[in-house]
Amino acid sequence: MTQRVFVCRCEDVTVAEIQHAIALGLGSVEEIKRYTGLGTGPCQGKECIVALVRLLLAERAVTPEAVQPFTARPPAEPVTLAELASVAGTPPPEDGP
Amino acid sequence: MKPPVTLGRADEPLPEACDVAIVGGGVMGLSTAYAVAESSKLRVVVLERSYLVSGASGRNGGGVRMQWGDEGNVRVMMESIEICRGLAQELGINLWFRQGGYLFLARSEAGEQRLRRNAELHHRVGAPTRLLGPEEARELVPELDVHDVRLAAFNPKDGVVFPWPFVWGYAGQAIRRGVVVRTHTAVEAAEADGAGLRLRLSTGESLRANLVVNATGAWCHGLNHSLGVRLPNRPHRHEILSTEPLKPFLDPLVVDLASGLYFSQSTRGEIVAGITMPDHGDGGTDVDQSSSLGFLAHLGRTLAAVMPRLGRLKVLRQWAGAYDVSPDGDAIVGPSPGVPALLQLCGFTGHGFMMAPAVGRMLARFIVRGERHPMLERWDPTRFVDGRSRAREDMIIG
Repeated sequence: MTQRVFVCRCEDVTVAEIQHAIALGLGSVEEIKRYTGLGTGPCQGKECIVALVRLLLAERAVTPEAVQPFTARPPAEPVTLAELASVAGTPPPEDGP
Repeated sequence: MKPPVTLGRADEPLPEACDVAIVGGGVMGLSTAYAVAESSKLRVVVLERSYLVSGASGRNGGGVRMQWGDEGNVRVMMESIEICRGLAQELGINLWFRQGGYLFLARSEAGEQRLRRNAELHHRVGAPTRLLGPEEARELVPELDVHDVRLAAFNPKDGVVFPWPFVWGYAGQAIRRGVVVRTHTAVEAAEADGAGLRLRLSTGESLRANLVVNATGAWCHGLNHSLGVRLPNRPHRHEILSTEPLKPFLDPLVVDLASGLYFSQSTRGEIVAGITMPDHGDGGTDVDQSSSLGFLAHLGRTLAAVMPRLGRLKVLRQWAGAYDVSPDGDAIVGPSPGVPALLQLCGFTGHGFMMAPAVGRMLARFIVRGERHPMLERWDPTRFVDGRSRAREDMIIG
């Protein structure tokens, strides 16, 4: 595998960058996300997280029993602000400062 | 082979004793560790119960501004922004720091008066804030709805950063200077040990330190209570969202005083936005980092009204972090009441990240040389005991 293979295509994170993060002592999915930005683009990790875990296992940075995904953030898929604005049950705001 | 420089490890060997133990591997603790190591030979250990960037330092909106309502805060932030300008080079990491300014919008007479008063203060202190009419605000941000805006204030030196590399940068440089950074290790209890303190750790180890710094923000009460220290700061959940990335089009971070809405475009292209929400907590010390649909709806409605074109923008993710709210809005920094070996570095009420570069240096000068910056008098944790607490700041957002 060449150094220029992309693991996260949304945020352009390469195999080489993840290997660098592992070499710095970062071994968990949460840490790699926060060091490289992996999984923070439009797919929110749906395309790349499996590839990342395979790489972490291959590099022996984590054991299969210990591996955890990063926290999934709502919404499950991208939603426009206008659609969200139409959701009922909005709490009343406090008085502005 | 272990690389020479790491970013903190769960298996990093601990010494039996050190001069300064910093509890909390967020930006406050790490900037202090870096500044102490940079200016002394003191042995420093940082203990983080999870991974670095796991708390508020990894969850904030990344805004840095000198537009405050109180002179002390303006001065601290002028220093912090000056440090930020050279910090990427100093830390050897891209901080995505961009000075696009902060644009405050006032839609009420009270808001207008606040902006006028602040602009006078900023002028006197040397911060380049200028007042703008609604149409001038719209020249800065063309899509803005300014129909009921009475006045705006703009400071071109304010800006945004990407918080994550900030923390990694401080960690890497602290470790390079000999600081031991141990992750995934919680402090379970603390007790007096001579003139210092002994920390009991979740790993079964213990660590003696001459000084302990509580830099755990909203999680500060466990360590404090273990030593009989009771302080009035409390956690407050603050939610943020981030959208799909766009080409750069929005220079300033915009704050609407009427709703407490703020939004900016990060250097990565996303719109990052938050808003004042009712406090749903019970006033206790438990930290809640859950996300709510009510936040998305309220923010979507408010943002789409302020800048209608953004209504078409898709939200990619939302998350929550914990403000560590002090009752007078001032941070809580320095020796604890009754336990002088425990230094508080807490209570920053949602603006700790932006102050950390200046505060780390300030606390390091106190630890290394006993130097008391004027803000340390004001941030003194004992002020709640003897009634010197005063609310001075009215520009707390969120």
